[in-house]
Amino acid sequence: MPFNAADISALWLTFKVAGLATLIMLILGTPLAWWLARTASRWKGVCNALVALPLVLPPTVLGFYLLVLMGPRGPIGQLTTQLGLGTLPFTFGGLVVASVLYSLPFVVQPLQTAFAAIGDRPLEAAATLRAGPLDTFFTVVVPLARPGFLTATILGFAHTVGEFGVVLMVGGNIPDKTRVVSVQIYNHVEALEYGQAHWLAGGLLAFSFLVLLLMYSVLKTQPVAHQLK
Amino acid sequence: MTQKITARFLLDYGEFKLDVDLRLPGSGISVLFGPSGSGKTSLLRCIAGLQRAPEGFLEINGHVWQNSERGLFVPTHKRPLGYVFQEANLFPHLTVTENLQFGRKRIGKLSRAGDLQQIVELLGIGHLLKRMPDRLSGGERQRVAIARALALNPEVLLMDEPLAALDFQRKQEILPFLNRLHQELNIPILYVTHSRQEVAQLADHLVILADGRALASGPLADTLSRLDVPLAHDREAATVWPVTVVEHEADYHLTRVAFAGGMLSLPAVDTAVGAPLRVQIHARDASLCLEAPSFTSILNVLPATITGLAEGHEGQSVVRLRVGNQALLAHITRKSALLLGLRVGMGVYVQIKGTSILN
Repeated sequence: MPFNAADISALWLTFKVAGLATLIMLILGTPLAWWLARTASRWKGVCNALVALPLVLPPTVLGFYLLVLMGPRGPIGQLTTQLGLGTLPFTFGGLVVASVLYSLPFVVQPLQTAFAAIGDRPLEAAATLRAGPLDTFFTVVVPLARPGFLTATILGFAHTVGEFGVVLMVGGNIPDKTRVVSVQIYNHVEALEYGQAHWLAGGLLAFSFLVLLLMYSVLKTQPVAHQLK
Repeated sequence: MTQKITARFLLDYGEFKLDVDLRLPGSGISVLFGPSGSGKTSLLRCIAGLQRAPEGFLEINGHVWQNSERGLFVPTHKRPLGYVFQEANLFPHLTVTENLQFGRKRIGKLSRAGDLQQIVELLGIGHLLKRMPDRLSGGERQRVAIARALALNPEVLLMDEPLAALDFQRKQEILPFLNRLHQELNIPILYVTHSRQEVAQLADHLVILADGRALASGPLADTLSRLDVPLAHDREAATVWPVTVVEHEADYHLTRVAFAGGMLSLPAVDTAVGAPLRVQIHARDASLCLEAPSFTSILNVLPATITGLAEGHEGQSVVRLRVGNQALLAHITRKSALLLGLRVGMGVYVQIKGTSILN
């Protein structure tokens, strides 16, 4: 058996965090991407920059601020305490929140590109065919932007699985609660358990490669670099 | 309730202005004609609600769709209209049938009166129903788009240069269908074009637009013959009369037709007696005499009254006439106009050398 109980727990936790974070990112990211793709507001630039920030920021910077904001003295921490939720750092919930913020550009930007590519014409056609805005979104925009949604889901999920810095800062290294695969690999290496590290690291490598292969060959989407422009 | 359309819009984008106040008939084809940038498409989009003029009033056969004074603006998807875009604009993810059903599913059961099968037959698209839009030719796509708009059983049909993106052959393929629509539908059709041929073939009512304003609006022959509109001065200037087939003179290979206030002889047409036709008469094919010519080879000699005179290009005079109840345009030389002493109000005879039948 290449994986011990701690490894399996870390794997399971990783997929739970990534799955939940991806779902939340799609729910939040879809209206955000729609707005960014359609608006002529002068706040568009600011919002685009904010969403893209995690792409260039060291994960420790984002993690540090989240730790401060969500901690007992931070505004978010005080709010969550008042709501009876306690503080988020070093919990599963905190890990999901951090992952959402960190991977959001990987969901928003493919969606934004897909929405922008649709243009006005199908929307106008739908309006002349009695479809209201929400109806048009689900019956015209979503089907036409399907490749964008698939890319966003895959990238959002894969990127969350692969994160390390933010997780370590916000989640820490608590078995069964916040210890995800990337952290577990770090633990193995620290303990000089290279054999165990190989299995997990190789597993992640294969997973990431397969995901990207699926995206480029089966879905025939455009290269990531192009989509993130 | 009177069957008519009132459209008043004021819209100012700085470099482009639209300022129109139109009353259009509540049935038949009204063509909005003008060069690109004249505001004809903007006007149609304002009528559809795809564009919102800050100041506007729009009433279609008794229903007010916009009244900016009262803050009323019915959004496009709540207006009972059909819209045909310049490029068919079919949904690429749906088959032809699904495209046809898209709007039809969304209208009330009661409004679904018309039979979809009939529309499919009218436009000759029965063999295309299972195809995806990217497997259709340009002409087929446009026919599906027209069917999709008709399937809504709309109260008004708006068409934005539906033939402009097609080559000559495809245009010829669709024009007969449009002519059939004209005869089989009793809803008003507003049709945008910059093509004189489409004006001649389709219009009952003509609006001429330039620089965001309506230069003229009225029944086709009246508007085509207006001397204050550049069209009347053009080398290709012509008037179009609606006529009805009265009899066929098989021996002479001729067809006699009636227009409002008289009769014409045309080269034989293979059309039933009583059928409507459109006859185009070029201004250069009409000549004038002061007395009824007694010995002439020209069959169509009609009494007329001069209702307008204007200087044309290069030694030409443009004469507007009333023949029966129809307006007619004649281009003659300025020299002839002077020699004959033509003036407004004078009775003359007009000889028509040639006619063309448009449908």
